Amino acid sequence: MFKKFTPKEDVSGKSKVKSSVQRGIRAAILEQYPSLNPYIEELMPKKEPLILVKCHDRINIVMVGERLLFFNHHDGPYYPLLDILHTYPDIMPTVQVDRGAIKFVLSGANIMCPGLTSAGARMDVDLPVDSPVAILAEGKEHALAVGKMVMSTSDIKRVNKGVGVDLMHFLNDGLWKTKSEV
Amino acid sequence: MSDTEDVAVPVEDWPKTRVRTDIVYCGVCSMPVEYCEFSGTTATCKKWLRKEHPTEFARIWPEDDLEKKMDDVTLQDDEVPDKELTKEQKKAEAKAERERKKKAAQKVIIRRVERTKRKCVIEVSGLENFGVDLKKAAKLFATKFACGSSVTKNPQGLDEIVVQGDMQDAIYELILKTWKEVPEDQMELTEAKKK
Ligand SMILES: [Zn+2]
Repeated sequence: MFKKFTPKEDVSGKSKVKSSVQRGIRAAILEQYPSLNPYIEELMPKKEPLILVKCHDRINIVMVGERLLFFNHHDGPYYPLLDILHTYPDIMPTVQVDRGAIKFVLSGANIMCPGLTSAGARMDVDLPVDSPVAILAEGKEHALAVGKMVMSTSDIKRVNKGVGVDLMHFLNDGLWKTKSEV
Repeated sequence: MSDTEDVAVPVEDWPKTRVRTDIVYCGVCSMPVEYCEFSGTTATCKKWLRKEHPTEFARIWPEDDLEKKMDDVTLQDDEVPDKELTKEQKKAEAKAERERKKKAAQKVIIRRVERTKRKCVIEVSGLENFGVDLKKAAKLFATKFACGSSVTKNPQGLDEIVVQGDMQDAIYELILKTWKEVPEDQMELTEAKKK
């Protein structure tokens, strides 16, 4: 989704939102990521304006104080930027790809089922289709991507072929490189 | 100013998350340093990390760190003066020293040459100085990168490897990985425009 993202070409506008909208966004993020409650005032202070960065294909990025925090697509669920996720690693469910899948994920490929079911992989949670999920990797500590389940975790185990997770944002994609300079 | 509007989930039910503030991001490839091995610029990443965060370097690259420490130890051993050297030993040492110096002056050059705006080739010269079989090396590049790679004579009449494709960094990494006898500080990345 952000593989070739560059702020210059892909950002169509930036706007400071009304305070009612700001409250709505903050509430939606907290509803999705309740463990952020103790830290939300730090991340999105009520008194600091919230900027929505509008991009191609109805992607919105939430920015506060020059820092990109979350994004969503077609008004769907919010996804954290990877550095936010690195700081607060337990805010969302995770799956783990095997070592062999790392280079494909880092080049922006969607995640295939076998990369999630092999010996080095892990899926310890039950997730339905469309859930946002953090992608960890065998032998690594920090997430390398966030994605959206294309199949439920149980179907991934059962079918074990095709795309299991749609890649939304990964290390070194355009969004990662942009982070704070939209 | 009340905070009640945030509390969709009651405080006692808030799940917990760790808060990590100790993550080192690579100054070269920008990823968390544990991913530098996939950056395509690993050698440069490592150099940066060793310099900027030595403890983190030791954690991520334990073998390299050990290697370095062993190097340091041998170096110290060498410095202990050996008083009882025979004439032959001295001679042999001097010869070895000359050869070492000669070898240290030799370079592997990986040159990126632009043919057109979008096309370029990589010329690798000097590998033979380190005992590398150029034909085998060219074959290795071809299979690793799925591209054309051959040994040709350059205008100076020396053999060099020409790789079709923009993969200077990857070649650098592969050479370091494959031929341990080629020291990193004797490798050079350059660029040139041609035609
Ligand atoms: Zn790096």
